[in-house]
Amino acid sequence: MTQNQTTTNANKISNYLMFIVIIVMGLAIVALFSAVYAYTVENMVYEAGFMAIIGIFGLALSAVVLYQNSKRSAALKIEPPKVMTYIECKNCNTKTSREFQRGDFVFKELDACPKCPEQKQMITGVYKEIKEKEKTYTV
Amino acid sequence: MTLIPISDMITRVTSNVPIYSNQWFGGGNGNDWTAYLGFLSMIFFVFILFYGQKLQTRMMMRDVESSLFKLKFIKEEGRKMAIETLKEVGKSTVDIAPRVDRCLDYFTISPQSMDPAGIVAKLDHILDVRDQRIKDDVKLIAPQCEGAQLNNMENTLEAAMALNYIYKIVRHFYIQGKKTMSLYIIMQLQMILPLVMKEAEAYSAALKAFSLGQPIGDSVGPLIASRLMLGQEVRKVPKDCVSATVPFEGRTAIVMKAEGPGGNCGKPGDAIETIIEEHEGKIAMLIMIDAGLKLEGEDVGEVSEGIGSAIGGPGVDAYKIEEKLVKYKIPINAVIIKEDIGDAVSPMRKEIHEAADKAIERVRELVVERTKEGDTLIIFGVGNSIGIGQ
Repeated sequence: MTQNQTTTNANKISNYLMFIVIIVMGLAIVALFSAVYAYTVENMVYEAGFMAIIGIFGLALSAVVLYQNSKRSAALKIEPPKVMTYIECKNCNTKTSREFQRGDFVFKELDACPKCPEQKQMITGVYKEIKEKEKTYTV
Repeated sequence: MTLIPISDMITRVTSNVPIYSNQWFGGGNGNDWTAYLGFLSMIFFVFILFYGQKLQTRMMMRDVESSLFKLKFIKEEGRKMAIETLKEVGKSTVDIAPRVDRCLDYFTISPQSMDPAGIVAKLDHILDVRDQRIKDDVKLIAPQCEGAQLNNMENTLEAAMALNYIYKIVRHFYIQGKKTMSLYIIMQLQMILPLVMKEAEAYSAALKAFSLGQPIGDSVGPLIASRLMLGQEVRKVPKDCVSATVPFEGRTAIVMKAEGPGGNCGKPGDAIETIIEEHEGKIAMLIMIDAGLKLEGEDVGEVSEGIGSAIGGPGVDAYKIEEKLVKYKIPINAVIIKEDIGDAVSPMRKEIHEAADKAIERVRELVVERTKEGDTLIIFGVGNSIGIGQ
């Protein structure tokens, strides 16, 4: 399944943004070179400072836009959660777990328990575990 | 500080000033630089005065547009997933995409409410027809689909339909806002967008769960009922529900839930009506257990209890249950397990699974405190029975 692919339109937007970012980045680099030139060759401190500010600002802006764009692309991915199936033997209380398989459901009887062959194992839970803590607001 | 007259300044700006001129950058005279900044600020102020709202609208539209792209992506992924699952499970040999696309555009018109008398029966009928129509379509699309899988595929298709609908509504208001450039249309859309996106993401998670038949957060009611009825004889109750008579703290509990493990909510209204009539109204108490939407700040899996019929949906089932309760004066209690809208339709979380034990304990306390030994009571685990057997 192509779950991790972005749509064509979403790609178009990022290409357009990429084009603008490259132009801004290019101009910023030119500004930085001009700043160096103005300072070293022409000895114009104010102009050099001004051009350096423009250059740094342009580079920072490009970096921010690129970062935001990559974050947006990351948001356009659907990561299916890992769901586990928990199996129990009511006789010996052995608990095992494995990744969910199609056809699993809670209270489904499975094969006999490896420890006590007369007892069938049962699925007692199918759930996902969320590792990252939710942001809490203490009020 | 000496300010340069505007006319003089304009002359300077429009004249061919070299880029490295000291005057431009304040190298020669700092006052010039201040004046130019003042002039630029004035231009900026005038621009904001006339074009501020337009700028704000454009910024909001960009915000909405980015969410719309995400919605489109989610919707297309949902469609793809629905088609792939239906193809895989139904083993259809023909191209099912056009048929699925037709289903995604289905709509339901609610009954006319000018004269509200009898509207519940009309709504009930329309919902039954809709349900049957989707089931028939799933059978046509996926001929090999049967039983639990048929219900799961129906749920998958419904989740894809919901995503398609959300996308179309948001797109409608976005285009309308763009056409009219109305700040107020765009503003309303932008304000509710975080909630809309949350719902769309929840449906997107639901699609995967439905297609695989995994229990979802809403299945906690049936999970509790199944735990109570485990090992007892189970019988079918109309419509699409099951019940088991369970000895419970010296009382007789008729434990009910929608039939699983396929994705099915049943018709709790009809099922409870049937059981109450079978017992000629001699029911000491009705306890409904359901997943309830939590408020921000509350923990997932928190259990709380109250009074009233704990059941969602369009209200038909709640109406039927309340009618019977009033007729026989049966007290009703509700136990709910708190969860988010996202948790309710996505695969069940560990916290919700673990809350089942707490909820059973709460039901036990309720029964011991509020009924006498020998009484008969109904315990209904409301919700979608997907991935929950009995």
